[in-house]
Amino acid sequence: MQAKGKLSETLGKREAEITSKWLELQAAGGKKISAAEHAETTRTSREFMSAFKAATQKGSTDDITGPEWERVREIISDLSASRAKGGYSASETASFVFSLKQPVFSVLRDEYGKDPEVLGDAIWEATVLLDKLGLLTTEAYQKTREEVISRQQQELLELSTPVVRLWENVLALPLIGTLDSARTQVVMQNLLDAIVDTRSDFAIIDITGVPVVDTLVAQHLLKTVAAARLMGADCLISGIRPQIAQTIIHLGVDLTNVTTKATLADAFAVALRRSGQTVVKMDKRVAAEAK
Amino acid sequence: MERIPILKMGQFLLVTIQVDMHDRLALTLQDDLTSQIVRHRARGVLIDISTLEMVDSFIGRMLSSIASMASLLDAQTVVVGMRPSVAITLVELGLSLQGIRTALDVEKGMAALVAAVAETEGVNERSEV
Repeated sequence: MQAKGKLSETLGKREAEITSKWLELQAAGGKKISAAEHAETTRTSREFMSAFKAATQKGSTDDITGPEWERVREIISDLSASRAKGGYSASETASFVFSLKQPVFSVLRDEYGKDPEVLGDAIWEATVLLDKLGLLTTEAYQKTREEVISRQQQELLELSTPVVRLWENVLALPLIGTLDSARTQVVMQNLLDAIVDTRSDFAIIDITGVPVVDTLVAQHLLKTVAAARLMGADCLISGIRPQIAQTIIHLGVDLTNVTTKATLADAFAVALRRSGQTVVKMDKRVAAEAK
Repeated sequence: MERIPILKMGQFLLVTIQVDMHDRLALTLQDDLTSQIVRHRARGVLIDISTLEMVDSFIGRMLSSIASMASLLDAQTVVVGMRPSVAITLVELGLSLQGIRTALDVEKGMAALVAAVAETEGVNERSEV
């Protein structure tokens, strides 16, 4: 257990030297960065070094989950988060910690070069520790990326399911993009809620913007239509493109119980007719007066 | 014993389900409703389920069997005010209640009922001629 403490001792003695070498390495290795980014990296590195030194002195180097390492963990996760958002790659982010190995090892060699056994132990201690920190960086990076992805999914979901009111008692739901189970659930819920809110008798689902209709999507559409019918509203499907009509028939999906129309305009006309309304052209003279 | 009240309004019967339906209650409702249809010679039944928050397959089947029974007794059935969550549940259970009339609220349900009854009467008169 002699080697224990050598790392923190060395860090305490030669922190400034390690830091400056580390900064040089980071500047040389990474991609081209702006002056502001460079300053930011320098600041973070110095902060990390001092927190790292303090942690090795106070806590154990075997376990980085302890409270002594909290500050170090915090710096690393902040750094990973900001780099993930800034468009750095995973290896660029992880190299922040891994590039510290070389200066630390060379300083350790300087100090204990005469005693190979102690040197070996000290280097092993340092490498295990830095590997752990590197993994932590990658984990934090990945977590931030996942957060970004799930937030974008949520935003997409909100964005892509608007229910619009076309006329008194007529709602339209223009669907755009691929339908999966999660989205269909939201679509279904939104449409049914809107039917209740507006007391609409007719709802038109327009699938012009849906690129692919497979059995699952067709199933979802049928379910939505059935649910709307249960609530007392009539559901029409419009915007069926020629290829989609072919796919539906080849798949053997039965849409005979559903009113389908080629265009939204046709479906709207059906809805108006069924609710006993009509749109007529104005008399030429009246139209002129209206202008 | 707990019962769901059935109100008579002209030639129609009104049922408002305002408590959680359990199976026993559903069966009692079936009994009551069929006997009331016969007693009042009702032509239509309106079932309001706007306060019903939960359904299971039993209640779903009960609704559709009530409709079939009523139609045997020459009365039309309209189910009104089904909540979105209830509708989704029924569809997921595979119960799309084919052959049952539905409407968004009591007002529209009543109008649908009047229209349906008028239609069947028209058919009856024609068949009599």
